Amino acid sequence: MSDDTLARREFLKTTGAVVVGLSVVDKVGAQSPAGGAPPAERGLASGPPDAAQVDSYVAIHPDNTVTIYSGYVELGQGGPTSLRQVAAEELDLELGQVKDVRADTFVSTNGFTAASRTAGIGSVELRAALAEARRVLLGLASERLKAPPQDLSVTKGVVSVRADAKRSVSYADLLGGRRFNRQYEPVLYQGGIELPRKGLDNAIPKRREDYRIVGTRVPRPDIAEKIKGTYEYVQHVRVPGMLHGRVIWPRGQGAHAISNPTVVSIDEASVKGIPGVQIVRRGNLVGVVAPREWDAIRAARQLKVTWAPFADSLPGHEGLFDSFRSAKTSDATDTNTGDVTAALSRGAHTLSATYRGPYQSHGPMAPNCAVADVSKDGALVMCSDQGIYQTRNGVARLLGMPVEKIRVQYYAGSNTYGSSCYRDAAEAAAVMSQEVGKPVRLQFSREDEHGWDNYGPAHLADLRASVDANGKLLAYDYQAWGHTGGGMNTSTQLALATSPPVTTPQGGFSALYSVHLSQTDMYDVPNRQIVNHRVVGGGYLRTGPLRAPMDPSVFFAQEGMMDELAHAAGLDPYEFRKRNISHRRWLGVLKAATDAAKWTPRVAASNLSSARVVRGRGIGLGTHHLPQNQGDRVTFAAAVVDIEVNKDNGIVVAKHVYGAMDCGLAINPGIVESQIVGMSVHGASLALKEEVEFNRTNVTSLDWNSYRTIRCGEHPSVTPIVIQQLHEKSSGAGEEVLPAVVAAIGNAFFDATGVRIRQYPLTPRRVLAALKSATGQPGRSA
Amino acid sequence: MAELHLQVNGKRLTVDVDPATPLLFVLTDDLALKGPRFGCGLGQCGCCSVLADGTEIRSCITPTSQVVGKSLTTLEGLPAYYAARAKVSPVPELHPLQEAMIAEQSAQCGYCYNGQIIKGAELLFKTPQPTEAQIRTAMNGHICRCFTYPRIVAAIHRAARDMAAPKRAAATDHTEEVTRV
Ligand code: FES
Ligand code: FES
Repeated sequence: MSDDTLARREFLKTTGAVVVGLSVVDKVGAQSPAGGAPPAERGLASGPPDAAQVDSYVAIHPDNTVTIYSGYVELGQGGPTSLRQVAAEELDLELGQVKDVRADTFVSTNGFTAASRTAGIGSVELRAALAEARRVLLGLASERLKAPPQDLSVTKGVVSVRADAKRSVSYADLLGGRRFNRQYEPVLYQGGIELPRKGLDNAIPKRREDYRIVGTRVPRPDIAEKIKGTYEYVQHVRVPGMLHGRVIWPRGQGAHAISNPTVVSIDEASVKGIPGVQIVRRGNLVGVVAPREWDAIRAARQLKVTWAPFADSLPGHEGLFDSFRSAKTSDATDTNTGDVTAALSRGAHTLSATYRGPYQSHGPMAPNCAVADVSKDGALVMCSDQGIYQTRNGVARLLGMPVEKIRVQYYAGSNTYGSSCYRDAAEAAAVMSQEVGKPVRLQFSREDEHGWDNYGPAHLADLRASVDANGKLLAYDYQAWGHTGGGMNTSTQLALATSPPVTTPQGGFSALYSVHLSQTDMYDVPNRQIVNHRVVGGGYLRTGPLRAPMDPSVFFAQEGMMDELAHAAGLDPYEFRKRNISHRRWLGVLKAATDAAKWTPRVAASNLSSARVVRGRGIGLGTHHLPQNQGDRVTFAAAVVDIEVNKDNGIVVAKHVYGAMDCGLAINPGIVESQIVGMSVHGASLALKEEVEFNRTNVTSLDWNSYRTIRCGEHPSVTPIVIQQLHEKSSGAGEEVLPAVVAAIGNAFFDATGVRIRQYPLTPRRVLAALKSATGQPGRSA
Repeated sequence: MAELHLQVNGKRLTVDVDPATPLLFVLTDDLALKGPRFGCGLGQCGCCSVLADGTEIRSCITPTSQVVGKSLTTLEGLPAYYAARAKVSPVPELHPLQEAMIAEQSAQCGYCYNGQIIKGAELLFKTPQPTEAQIRTAMNGHICRCFTYPRIVAAIHRAARDMAAPKRAAATDHTEEVTRV
């Protein structure tokens, strides 16, 4: 018996799946290396399936189509279409012959759709599995056609002899409806870094020069369904006997790990008279369910829950940054090269400045929703989690069941761009279903979602930097302050009536929220220091990854400082960057963005106008520094943004964004362009509109009036530029232009007005105050 | 609870609901329609938009009793409603704006698109050749958190052109054609 069948037996013993049928599979599998019975256990037993089995990734059907079983999900960004392109390419199929399936913990491989992993990691995993699949198929075809594999060619899944095309056989004839039974060495990752594969005999993927589908602009099939109105979102899922559920949470979260919501009393009489309403409670997780949705909503609004008052201890969104500076911190040096202090004192121009970035919200278009059906034998949870296997763990813990009993299926919600409250929805639905013994559809309200988000964290940065007389960087010192409040989902915290863990001096602050400039060779700086001051303890807001986590704030600060140095040295901002950057791919995106914008060199703010409405233009670079997820995959982005500033009312409008991105091999340049368009407008929204507001007790921006977002009337036009790199690794394309745009808008404001604003968003109030305090003098700052 | 007589997508039907129930929940729960959808319940985002006698309304804040006697059109009924108003026969599978949005590959998550299509269609009924400024003003109340506005505007321009020259609309191809970059 081979190792793989042994492993499968072990797996089946523990999961108790249909063993009778499978013993047959094992026998057939032992007899022939490929061509066994169909993988009967798919969908019957808990995964993830063995990554070292080709069958875990792909199946060939009798109609000569194939299905790929990837755990990477459609978040609205087109990742699954790219993976279908990769599959069609490796197996020489038409795209229409490749299907994918709903991500499901009983079916799919363990993909985590975050941090640009679909293209960066998912495509690599899939390519390795499918290269092996192709080798098996060609081996079988070679026997069947009595011709050596190198004499065969494949078109649309039909293998034929090159010299004699009449001798052919389809994939379906070779292996349709049966299994590969082939173990191979999968590509593994540790800390986001691809580990070297040991095997000498790994199948070699297709040469990139021969690509015909990867690298092309294939339309996304989900887009047509969405526009027709036939696409099924999680919000559409209905199951028989289901109840509609709503949670009752305090309006707007309080200080993380200090103001833990605690129920004092519930006045059950307050919802009397609403048909069929049941109050559900576990710990401090309170909800209502009812057969009709409107009754659940009314009950949620009407139910009187008395909560222990929240502490009066938050700093408020205005006092936030001062409080960071005075807080107890745990400090860690990320980078320390050369002698920063000495180099700062040697500079022809030495500058120091403080930059600030706000808490910002995921603000999904649709508040999160999940449907759970829990019985004593197991649970089915339908939700929009970026990682179905991660949801499973949290739900299992709350339900007191082993993870194999929890089946999680992915149904898309709206945009999320990171950890909005999808996992809270899944957990709350599961707990409520377990409590009432019926399926529950839990839909968060707009206030729940806005008030209990895992916000992108606020950021405070003290920068010092110097350049020599030629504008060459000598020293760069970045001191970062931040606080993270995560560690536990809100639903878990409430259901277990506990307090979430906090950052301690020893740890608990994810590297995700640290500043690392050492990961890329963006600027050549001989003396460089980066120190992260991590605020310990609770007392701020919940945080989580939000599209390009932390990078909008970090690049707003970094690129702002580079612009300040360029101005001090009397240099054009593009010229300054060319003098200080040697990496060809950074220079490549800079050139692409500035060429598209028809950049004309001049010193920033050298063309000020006394008009009431003035225009300016700025440059910014951006990427996504995330060593533990990104490994060596770096995407390079640059933006040029034109803005208009109305000095009378303080309104800033981004008029045009030229966004260039080099994400290595762009599997689908059309999808990458869509991402650049979205990120460019999203960046304008972050730079100009979005800010979570809170007072001393709780978050107060709970809807689209109090949490502002850019709208159609003010969106910039976008020119997206994709730099295709056929021979580089795919490195992800959904995050990196965003910080470049935020930074470029800050720099464009200085160019337009001669006044530097070092805190975003550039709201009318902030703009008017800055213009007033600077009284219009060039080079002054606010 | 009360019996209310509604007209939805050309069909007359009766629902038995609390008359204060927002129309959205009748459409999604009682009629199982997928077009109108919940985004805020506050009238702020436009996810729930439908046409009532040809005018866009926010179904999440409209009591069902208020639309009795009105002709309601959801995304599902938009192509037929368009065909009737524009005197196009046979009824096309999609409204020209939907064709244009697919051609522009404008959506990302697509959740806001019910509202974008309903509002865009309303605009094109009233103003067949809208200017950029008219489009931006009309669409300003429909949030897109994937920030696809540039392509929504482009799709409305494209639909306006296609509707002026209907033959081109028919030529739009949805197949997965492959073009090399
Ligand atoms: S759901 Fe009706 S406007 Fe937002
Ligand atoms: S496409 Fe996602 S919200 Fe508009």
